[in-house]
Amino acid sequence: MTGPGKVLLGHGSGGRLSRELVEKVFLRSFSNPALRPLEDAAEITVGGASLAFTTDSYVVTPVEFPGADIGRVAVCGTVNDLAVKGARPAALSAGFILEEGFPMELLLRITSSMRRAAAEAGVSIVTGDTKVVEKGKADGIFINTAGVGLIPPGRRLASAAVKAGDVVIVSGRLADHGVAVMNARNRLGLEGGIRSDAAPLNAMIEAALRVPGVRCMRDITRGGLATVLNEVSGACGLGAEIDEDSVPVAPATRKACALLGLDPFYVANEGKIALFAAPGSAEKILKALRSNRYGRRAALVGRMVKEARPRVRLQTSIGGARIMLSLEGEQLPRIC
Amino acid sequence: MKKNSDAARFSSPLWRDRALASSAFSEMQKLCAAAVSKAGGEIAFMEVCGTHTMAIAASGMRRLFPKGLRMLSGPGCPVCVTSQGDIDRVLALARVPGVIIATFGDMMKVKGSKGLDLNSMRERGADVRVVYSPLDAVALAQANTGREVVFIGVGFETTAPVIAGSVIRAKKAGVRNFSSTSFFKLVPPALEVLLSDPGNKISGFMLPGHVSAIIGLGPYRFAAEKYRVPCVVTGFEPLDILAGINMLLKQVVSGRPAVEDEYFRAVPSGGNPAALKLIKEVFTVSDASWRAIGVLKGSGLAFSKAYAAFDAVKRFNIPYSDAPEPAGCLCGKILMGKSLPPECRLFGKACTPSSAVGPCMVSSEGACAAWFKYGG
Repeated sequence: MTGPGKVLLGHGSGGRLSRELVEKVFLRSFSNPALRPLEDAAEITVGGASLAFTTDSYVVTPVEFPGADIGRVAVCGTVNDLAVKGARPAALSAGFILEEGFPMELLLRITSSMRRAAAEAGVSIVTGDTKVVEKGKADGIFINTAGVGLIPPGRRLASAAVKAGDVVIVSGRLADHGVAVMNARNRLGLEGGIRSDAAPLNAMIEAALRVPGVRCMRDITRGGLATVLNEVSGACGLGAEIDEDSVPVAPATRKACALLGLDPFYVANEGKIALFAAPGSAEKILKALRSNRYGRRAALVGRMVKEARPRVRLQTSIGGARIMLSLEGEQLPRIC
Repeated sequence: MKKNSDAARFSSPLWRDRALASSAFSEMQKLCAAAVSKAGGEIAFMEVCGTHTMAIAASGMRRLFPKGLRMLSGPGCPVCVTSQGDIDRVLALARVPGVIIATFGDMMKVKGSKGLDLNSMRERGADVRVVYSPLDAVALAQANTGREVVFIGVGFETTAPVIAGSVIRAKKAGVRNFSSTSFFKLVPPALEVLLSDPGNKISGFMLPGHVSAIIGLGPYRFAAEKYRVPCVVTGFEPLDILAGINMLLKQVVSGRPAVEDEYFRAVPSGGNPAALKLIKEVFTVSDASWRAIGVLKGSGLAFSKAYAAFDAVKRFNIPYSDAPEPAGCLCGKILMGKSLPPECRLFGKACTPSSAVGPCMVSSEGACAAWFKYGG
């Protein structure tokens, strides 16, 4: 590790280094049964009711980009973290760290965008906090959101519940968000109208959960599908076999990734889930997902398999096979 | 930066079609058997370019190759071939007070001889920015007139014209606080070194598509004519690579080595005259120091007299000193096609992408990174 004893950018990438930081620092300090599974949201019991509780901080440059902005992502991210645990979002909080000099008009645009995203998700932002720091001590605006939601009785979703033979479903085209932000940040001028997919997925997820047989769902954000698959594989002790051709990626996004030397399986999304379910439910779940605007391109992409040494394996387009590891550090664009 | 409309020609789902791939593999079986019997042993083709290394690994095709065929990685990853001494010079530039380093992302994690990299320099307060084009570095200089902006120019004939264009623009616009390193390498001289080693096991070269789009086919003719080694300029989609291998096998079987062009949709035989003109205006051919290979005559580019003022190494008077490569690291042998990554005892243990010892594990185009990430 570069400079042991220091926090590296890679620690925030959502990949293996992030996992190490969480395990070696945060879990060591805070470990308890609700935190330990390290899922998108914690499950707690309050007065006999099962609640999902989650928090996330948002840092993105630029704060506005095609398809979304930091505010929409902050609301959708927390709503989705609750929803993938099977919870119905009840309320959100929003904390703002603002840099001195941040344009008020831009702040208003961001909060309006948050209001619209929350309204779409059917949830309110009921509490908040603001801090302003001196110019140069923050990058414009940082947002933290937290959320609670009620898990209806009888619902139990957990990575550990995934069984051999279960199907892996992805709710739509991958990598749009990460590429859209990179394109806007570096003014790359990539064509093809690549837009962030940031969206509240709770309605789509509710529809899928009406079908019995869903074992677990994961929000596919930083670290991409490859990292989510490795985490679930680690939690349930099974391997995953993914079919490259079945994984939906928009043609323009695929080309942008090829130009930049990025692998779409590792690029961030803000409006996609991976869903693991009993094989007999696959068709009905796909139908339910596809009936929602954010799940129109849902696809069955693979299966979980029993293996002596569980790994995530990709059957490639040309009939080859390779392994897929978690994201290592940051993805850096290549030279030539 | 190329735009998507250009990319459309080069990257369609057709280039990954399973049925076409399957027929290419069956042809490869037959050709390889014939080539092995003709050559009297294993066939080892070298993919010179790191992008090929990555594409081969990412498509998982290695396990579908016929018995008797090996693909070796070559000295074609820009980060990997940069000598330890030049990496140390990059870090020395980052230490100059007031300097902003502008670099391609790939260079951030390559370690110098003291174990530091640009990432750790940044943690210690150096101002290091990742850019996507050297033109962004010129703009950065224009926006920071009180400071010096140094672009880390590395790579092959592919990156040199873009950097030449940026230097020309800076000169025209009178941007005096911009400079660049010129650690460029030329591919053909390196191939000649590999071939002139009597112990080499190279049965043919899969030549780099991007470099060849600039230089054309002519500079490789020596390989086919003098050394009797088959050469095929190849594209980067899985089917390009399969076609490239089959064309190489056909040359082995026929016993008539030549320089062929599989990637003709992007590579004209004369290359790109406009890009060559930019290189010629700004640079002159010079000796260059390659990792693990050493100094090769006429294998690099230095600033020409007219543009010498833009040479960062001269401007900041950064001396070159030879530095040993990391102990136990096989990057040198891997770059020369003499070892495969799993043969290195550091591979996957002391050396992983998040704590890389050698550059072949650092670069996203490096052979070790490809083997680690995709399992070969």
